[in-house]
Amino acid sequence: MAIVSQSSKFGNIMRPTMAWVVGLVFFFPIFWLAFTSFKTDADAVKPEFLFFFTPTLDNYLNMAENYDYWRFAINSVITTTFATGFTLFVGVPAAYAMAFNPSRHTKDILMWMLSTKMLPAAAVLYPMTFLTKNFLGVFDTHFLIIIVLSLINLPIVIWMLFTYFKEIPKEIIEAGKMDGVSTWGEIKDILLPLAWGGLASTALLCFIFCWNEAYWTVRLTTTEAATLSKLIEGNRAPEGLFFGRLSAVSMAAVGPIVVLGWFCQKQLVQGLTFGAVK
Amino acid sequence: MAGLTIRDVVKAYGEVEVMHGVNLDIDDGEFVVFVGPSGCGKSTLLRMIAGLEEISGGEISIGDTVVNEVAPSKRGVAMVFQTYALYPHMTVYNNMAFGLKQAKTPKDEIDRRVQQAAKVLDIVDYLDRTPRALSGGQRQRVAIGRAIVREPEVFLFDEPLSNLDAALRGQTRLEIARLHERLGATMIYVTHDQVEAMTLADKIVVLRLGYVEQVGKPMDLYNKPDNLFVAQFIGSPAMNIFNSKVDGKTVSIGGDKSVGDLENAPAGDVAVGIRPEHLIACKKSEAVISGKLELIERLGDHIIAHLIRDDNSEFIVKTEDFASNSKGDLMHFKVDADRVHYFDKESEKRIS
Repeated sequence: MAIVSQSSKFGNIMRPTMAWVVGLVFFFPIFWLAFTSFKTDADAVKPEFLFFFTPTLDNYLNMAENYDYWRFAINSVITTTFATGFTLFVGVPAAYAMAFNPSRHTKDILMWMLSTKMLPAAAVLYPMTFLTKNFLGVFDTHFLIIIVLSLINLPIVIWMLFTYFKEIPKEIIEAGKMDGVSTWGEIKDILLPLAWGGLASTALLCFIFCWNEAYWTVRLTTTEAATLSKLIEGNRAPEGLFFGRLSAVSMAAVGPIVVLGWFCQKQLVQGLTFGAVK
Repeated sequence: MAGLTIRDVVKAYGEVEVMHGVNLDIDDGEFVVFVGPSGCGKSTLLRMIAGLEEISGGEISIGDTVVNEVAPSKRGVAMVFQTYALYPHMTVYNNMAFGLKQAKTPKDEIDRRVQQAAKVLDIVDYLDRTPRALSGGQRQRVAIGRAIVREPEVFLFDEPLSNLDAALRGQTRLEIARLHERLGATMIYVTHDQVEAMTLADKIVVLRLGYVEQVGKPMDLYNKPDNLFVAQFIGSPAMNIFNSKVDGKTVSIGGDKSVGDLENAPAGDVAVGIRPEHLIACKKSEAVISGKLELIERLGDHIIAHLIRDDNSEFIVKTEDFASNSKGDLMHFKVDADRVHYFDKESEKRIS
């Protein structure tokens, strides 16, 4: 008994400590970013001013004056929202079909979808840029970014939804069939209410992935459809290292998604760790 | 109200055939039980009637309509699932009303039917609760209620009692029997439990490996099983089977006396079946079989005794009690000649 209580006491201290350490390690870049955004560009690179400095709002004021922050932000909101919506619009029926009417090839299709995530994005950079610019004429449009973000996230979204749907007892769906519910009614009245938690966390994750996407949004836009990723990128390159200003822009870019994640973390954790129906 | 006709029904998954041309007639208002060990195809057959499984070959008709291509909800059938399969996010009321809403039934008609079913099943107090807040027995009532409100021509039950504890199982079984009496609807009931089959059925269908082994009234199956499988499946404990060579027409299984005479006996071995409850303790000179008492299971109103013969084969006797016998005693048993069943060893078919 003594040993058990000792080890659990040890665990009682160690586990939260480890959690805090890991949490802080992950949080440190955000913390550093937040601090730096309130420093002058000169102070930002000096180690002695890491914690002690005279805070200034200059970076933010400067940003508001010189860059069209809201245009980038609105582009981010538009592309992310529509991409998430479109992904779910395609993903829910797809996952539904695979979970409740599987064929011999369902497993293969799931694996194939996952395999598309293994393709290095850089490998198709040139054809993507060339085709969208010269042939399709969709370069730097919201449409293109929405489609690209959707396609990037579709495999992972279908996989997640498939897993959640799989946990819904097949008999409940069958009971619906006996009750004469239509396919759409089956999704709307039975499936979605039961998989609500899983659906919410999938949507949230998809939203976060879309918002944070930088590789394609930076390379397939110039001005019209440029998102916040492009704003950060644009601030880095031409004028050298202005850490203070860059940090302020970055804060403004990641801020909304961090806040969203913070408010939804309970939903996220629940969705990612528990099944849809318990 | 309607009967059912099943003609040459085949079920195949790809190349693998699991039901091999089943034929069955079910009369209007009949209570039919499909019984058999797991994997016999009883649930598959029920699900084909329900419309949840495609019919690979043959025809199923409900009333006069061939329903092969008819949607489950349009067949006039309602199903009660083993796992209840209630909608967890809906109240009991809405669980029962859901099907009627889909059929665009007027609101007051829905309410009338739900209230009436709830009264019959004694769940009026729970109508506003979700299934989560109900016990297993209550959930099963709701599942039955969901079937009742649709006023189907045929009720389908897929092992509805197997998730309930023993006491509740007996009670619910009785309620289903009463329900059948009251509604007079055709009911098809799947179970692996032969006690449920015997007590509920007007007609039992014994299935094995996708074939119908025998169809008949419960007591007919008990008294005159068509083959060895049915003989051992119906009745508890299972029928004792002894090997015997036929000498002329006299059949003997090792005792001083023969068990009986068998006209037109086959050339080879014969399997002799005697139910445990039909063996009666007696003197050695009257006995058809003897064995050493190995184990006694006392069940209150009766005992089940396990005995071992000289050749180490076992048999079972079910009786009220042995007054003075204890473990290790040699015991002798007789049997009425008309209680003995004979089966061909080769074909496993009954010889009569």
